[in-house]
Amino acid sequence: MKLDTDKEPILRVEKVSKAFGGIQALNGVSFEVHKGEILGIIGPNGSGKTTVVNCITGFIKKTSGRVFFRGRDISNKPPHKIADMGVTRTFQIMRPYFTLPAYKNLVIPLFSPRAKRTGGWRGGGRLGDRNTVSLDILEEIGFERDSYVPYKTASTLPTGYLKRLELARCLALKPEIIICDEVFSGLSMSEIASMVPLIERLQMEGITLIMIEHRLRELFRVANRIMMLNFGEKLTEGTSEEVMADERVKEAYFGSQKVEEVMRHA
Amino acid sequence: MENNTQRRKERIDRGIKVRTDGIYALMSIRELSYLLLPRLVLILGMLALPLLVPGMYWQRVITITCIYALLALSFDFLAHYVGLVSLGGAFFVGVGGYMAAIMNTTFGLPPWLTVPLAALAGGGICTLLLLPCLPLRGVYFAIVSLMYPLFVARLIEALNILGGTDGITGIDGFSNRWAEQYFIIGILLLLLFGVRRLVNTDIGLVLRGVKDNDQAIRASGMNVTLYKAMAVYIASVMGCLGGACLAHIYMWSGISQFALDFSILPIAATVIGGGGTLIGPVLGCLILVPISELLREFGTLRIVFYALILVAFIIFRSEGIMVYGQRKYQQFERWTRI
Repeated sequence: MKLDTDKEPILRVEKVSKAFGGIQALNGVSFEVHKGEILGIIGPNGSGKTTVVNCITGFIKKTSGRVFFRGRDISNKPPHKIADMGVTRTFQIMRPYFTLPAYKNLVIPLFSPRAKRTGGWRGGGRLGDRNTVSLDILEEIGFERDSYVPYKTASTLPTGYLKRLELARCLALKPEIIICDEVFSGLSMSEIASMVPLIERLQMEGITLIMIEHRLRELFRVANRIMMLNFGEKLTEGTSEEVMADERVKEAYFGSQKVEEVMRHA
Repeated sequence: MENNTQRRKERIDRGIKVRTDGIYALMSIRELSYLLLPRLVLILGMLALPLLVPGMYWQRVITITCIYALLALSFDFLAHYVGLVSLGGAFFVGVGGYMAAIMNTTFGLPPWLTVPLAALAGGGICTLLLLPCLPLRGVYFAIVSLMYPLFVARLIEALNILGGTDGITGIDGFSNRWAEQYFIIGILLLLLFGVRRLVNTDIGLVLRGVKDNDQAIRASGMNVTLYKAMAVYIASVMGCLGGACLAHIYMWSGISQFALDFSILPIAATVIGGGGTLIGPVLGCLILVPISELLREFGTLRIVFYALILVAFIIFRSEGIMVYGQRKYQQFERWTRI
């Protein structure tokens, strides 16, 4: 896919820092995302990946730095305003409304001002009956329509469906950007295999995706560009081949000694 | 030998058709009555209550019961559908009572106007004052909301405003005791079915979402504080309505309307009635308030008996009368051999 990198990036993160007390979780991280792109963010545990998401979407306050969406400064906006502009996110720890059936889980985001304005995913500017729209979205995202699955209480759904439900909650808003916090983690190989085409389809529709992942093989299949974080700083950025060739990346993941040996045993 | 065979309780749903979401059984009298009977029993029972009880004293008890029921309804709505455990019942009653008193004595408005106006305006005042506490959740909200009635009562006492410790006297009563009782019973039934309907609409779903998971509501582009404020307004309107009625019943409004009974008893009623059912807390009040009147003869021992009844309920029927009743109504139970 050819990216229009000359244009203004859809999302620009400028020198974002976050300190939790004495711990510097993020230290001056800057990057850009272009429209229609899939950016993968990788890094060992505790490297600040989720903190980046929280800083962009306003769920935590940055210590310093700024975030621009379509050239507009969204650094100090509350999370619901940022989501209303079309920058949505999924949660690493899945947060469905556990007591409600799956399709009612989607009725809630469809009630939001943005969904009313845009008509939801695939909606042509007008929002129909919320229950029907909700079932439509769930069907497209892999909930078999004529089965009982969309009617099951969220607390009884398996992980695979919950991850899809997280994505669906974002799609209900007809988003411009979806930031996926580990959508592949906890899924079986076959579940991931069916998730990958879905991600690719979202990209084809022009939705920009930022994906935080530990499942590197699957991430490299879909991502256009990879950014690597380590100890709250940006280590490197580039195509998957470039990032994997970087010695510092291997060091961060496997430690400094005898990388080749570890790889051989892995 | 018979005693040694193992048996288990089998539960079978009854009336599947009428309980299925979105399908309305209007075809047979049997299924219609299955749906309508419980509602009719409640409505007709409430309407018949003033005619059935002996004497004016017990009729007054019924009106007070209905006021407590309004508070219990408001508590249950906030606690189980929005996730805000509110101990502000006394605050709502006090504000509603004083609003009605001022409207009646200063502006000379009749009771049937002051009650709704005091409810709407008082609800606004309560919501505005509770606005800073809305980021709190669950019991933390309870702690702060408990402070409000104490705070306002002391303020009135210390600054000697709004009649000070004497309160506001000379408020018009209702034209007669039948009007008084049916006015309050009517309001209670209306709000009960209204709130039940509200929690099943899409706004009600969003409110339940706020309780389940407010981060996801934020991530969906909705302002959590706005929805919490809306819910607090609805709840405080119900509380203020009760307070306004109380002021007109006693023809007096004073700082005893900020008494913590109004915060605590609705919670007890919700516990024995079954939280989250909305109708349960109302039934709880119908049991607890008359019992508390009956126990008056025991003087200070009253509270001991009262506590024993509550503890017994918590131990033997902790789910609440209504949850238990609904299950019995919707399921057959029988013992089967394994």
